[in-house]
Amino acid sequence: MASHGIKDQVAIIGMGCTQFREHWDKGTDDLLIDAATAAFDSAGVAKDDVDAFWLGTASSGMSGLTLSQPLKLEGKPVTRVENFCATGSEALRQASYAVASGAYDMAMAIGVEKIKDSGYQGLNAAPAPHDGTKRNLTAAAMYSLVLPAYAARYGVDEDELRMVVAKIAEKNHRNGALNPLAQFRREMPAEKICEMASVAGRLSVFDCSGVADGSAAAIVVRAADAHKYCEDPLYIKALSFVSGTGGGLIDPDYDYTTFPECEMAGADAYRQAGIDDPRSALAMAEVHDCFTPTEMVLMEDLGFCERGTAWKEVLAGTFERNGDMPINTDGGLKAFGHPVGASGLRMHYECWLQLRGQAGDDRQIDLSSRNLGLVHNLGGYPGEMVSFVSILGPELG
Amino acid sequence: MAVSGVHFGGMRGIISFGGYVPYWRLDRSAIAAVMGKGGGRGTRSVASYDEDTTTMGVEAARLALRPADAEPRALWFATADPAYLEKTNATAIHAALRLDSSVGALDFGGAVRSGIGALRTALNAIGPTLVVTADMRGGLPTGADEAAGGDGAAAFLIGTEDDGPVVAELLGSASATEEFVDRWRQPGSPSTGQWEERFGETRYGPLADQAWKEALGAAGIGADDVDVAVVTGSHSRAVKRVVGQLGVARVADDLGAVVGNTGTAHPGLLLANELEQAEPGQTIAVVMLADGAEVLILRATEALAAYASALSVADQVAAGAEVSYATFLQWRDMIQVQPPNRPEPTRPSSSAAARAQDWKYGFVGSRGTESGTLHLPPARVSIRPEDELDAMDPAPMADVGATVVTFTIDRLVYSVSPPVVFAVVDFDGGGRLPVELTDVDPDAVRIGQRVEMTFRRLYEAEGIYNYFWKARPAR
Repeated sequence: MASHGIKDQVAIIGMGCTQFREHWDKGTDDLLIDAATAAFDSAGVAKDDVDAFWLGTASSGMSGLTLSQPLKLEGKPVTRVENFCATGSEALRQASYAVASGAYDMAMAIGVEKIKDSGYQGLNAAPAPHDGTKRNLTAAAMYSLVLPAYAARYGVDEDELRMVVAKIAEKNHRNGALNPLAQFRREMPAEKICEMASVAGRLSVFDCSGVADGSAAAIVVRAADAHKYCEDPLYIKALSFVSGTGGGLIDPDYDYTTFPECEMAGADAYRQAGIDDPRSALAMAEVHDCFTPTEMVLMEDLGFCERGTAWKEVLAGTFERNGDMPINTDGGLKAFGHPVGASGLRMHYECWLQLRGQAGDDRQIDLSSRNLGLVHNLGGYPGEMVSFVSILGPELG
Repeated sequence: MAVSGVHFGGMRGIISFGGYVPYWRLDRSAIAAVMGKGGGRGTRSVASYDEDTTTMGVEAARLALRPADAEPRALWFATADPAYLEKTNATAIHAALRLDSSVGALDFGGAVRSGIGALRTALNAIGPTLVVTADMRGGLPTGADEAAGGDGAAAFLIGTEDDGPVVAELLGSASATEEFVDRWRQPGSPSTGQWEERFGETRYGPLADQAWKEALGAAGIGADDVDVAVVTGSHSRAVKRVVGQLGVARVADDLGAVVGNTGTAHPGLLLANELEQAEPGQTIAVVMLADGAEVLILRATEALAAYASALSVADQVAAGAEVSYATFLQWRDMIQVQPPNRPEPTRPSSSAAARAQDWKYGFVGSRGTESGTLHLPPARVSIRPEDELDAMDPAPMADVGATVVTFTIDRLVYSVSPPVVFAVVDFDGGGRLPVELTDVDPDAVRIGQRVEMTFRRLYEAEGIYNYFWKARPAR
């Protein structure tokens, strides 16, 4: 295996993020212009200073024209990328490699999704022509399979486990309530979530990520150039991506209590960053809480706690904003909302704020003993998914 | 008869057979409870929202072929409710049964009489022939056809001793035909018209008598030699009258109390039911009244003693669960309900479906030659490293049982009849598939439950039916 990584070779010098919500009055173009402008302003650069662009969108547009036309980019390369719900992170990964290679001095990664123009609830992607044999199941239902499987494997009472994952939603709503950019600004007690009607397995609507429009952007340069633009850049320590075989769907050994693609991406990222014990090295993590059981399982797959213990750590408050291992301090997909192509960059935006001490007094986490952050972003379903993990820090070395 | 020479291969008759009764039952009293009239006593069988005459035909044919050693050289499908016009429906059955491309597949379309007609023609034809009959009977709410009709299918493998042991040989058959408009339906119409009943009765009586006598004569037996007569047809008063005039020892149960009249499939379904209870040497007559009369006279052979149905009609009649009248009306497009606010499914690509024919219609996966690992759908590259590229054997899985490992209920996803019950199932001998369950009570699904595969119509889009397999609780 030769995933060498580009630790400390690339730095983020500016980021922007729109509010995530149902933007009935803004289109894809508006969201892109707003996020890009915020990122340019944050870095103190103009659009012409950026040499190349990576645009992530799952289904809000095709080709680089989706960005170059509204921004009127003159003579610039724009690459549109798509990698399910990890699309935004994929854009950052490609932009980072581009500057690390020396091909460009400055690149932008920007993600966008205009979900709410479809006229339907939820996320709906138009399928490619097919033979009609693909399963007909929502993502919520696929992830709902985790709960009974986890309960059976670790001997946890199913009702108790249901409350555990509701506590994850409660935490993320609590975090989102403090975040002016988040879609949902109201707290939501776990007890109330448990009382709601099930929509898939035992999951209610409030176990699912918010469906929102939004855009987020980052500007990257080589680390050596970072201080030309920025006093406190954020350095990229690791970028990892695993696209699965889909074997989990047909492998009788797969038991729906873990996402191997995420575990592999995490292990690769820790190797790139030189991290042995993530729990003691990381100050925070933004993880892909598309559904509440997902966040619980990720705590184990990413090595934040031992297998079979995440549910206890949730109840112990470990992953609260002021806990030992703050998770999704910005509200996560649950409360911040999930515009597919933008979410990965939104996660990095929270690291950009938190790890540089700019999240604001009421939201800022403690950085006194640890200052690294992790972003985990996945796409797909248990058994067949893509997974991204990055690690970021405000210092070199 | 000029074609009598074809019998040199030995006596021609039924080699194997299968009846299919769908899982759902409508309590006829539920009709009047809602509408204030209509209905009656007992129940009728109801094809699920994901069934049609083609899928029911597949299920009957699978049951018919399971006990048989013989391979059909022709497939004839008869129904008065074809899923498609213009396009042959028998080809989907052919694909689901994984018959060789050299086996011809033909539809005998449109008329209720075509089922018994295909059967009688096969009994007088050459080569092993699989006759599949299926029907979905209904009518406008509160009408007699709605309550008295039933849904079902029956299939028969017809041939000679050269093809396999014949369990019932044809002793004789006859047909009487006359043009008169008693029942009629234009394509696409939800209900069947019927002329004043007395008129048809006067036509059917003499026609049945004519065919009955001719068939007995051909068989060289008298009416009192017939042990049991299956009598059915599209005119209930005429059927009653003919029952009274045959002079046979016993008239077969018409399954009206539980199943109803399954039209094109009914003579076959009743015959299958009788064969499953018959003793070797017994003589069984089939009389079908539809635009005339068709008569078959069969005798059970010694081979019947060793014959075991894959699943008897009686067992299927005894099983089943009730469907509400509202759901029944919805399934039959008699009432439209608000669909979920989700995009409707898109039509399957004909070329993609054709490439995947063995998988989509035959439920054939692939198995790594080294690892033995089952891949559903079939794959060229194995999930196990020990298998070389393309080192895969076809793995037919349609008849392999499976066990529910875990499951979920999806109340969000688009479905004609929500909620979708979905399970991860592990097949006996290895292999796994996440698959939709059907014919199932969402509250009764449990881990460890045994399931079997069933061929269904998943949905329709742009006039194209999307057929594939689901799992259902093991029968």
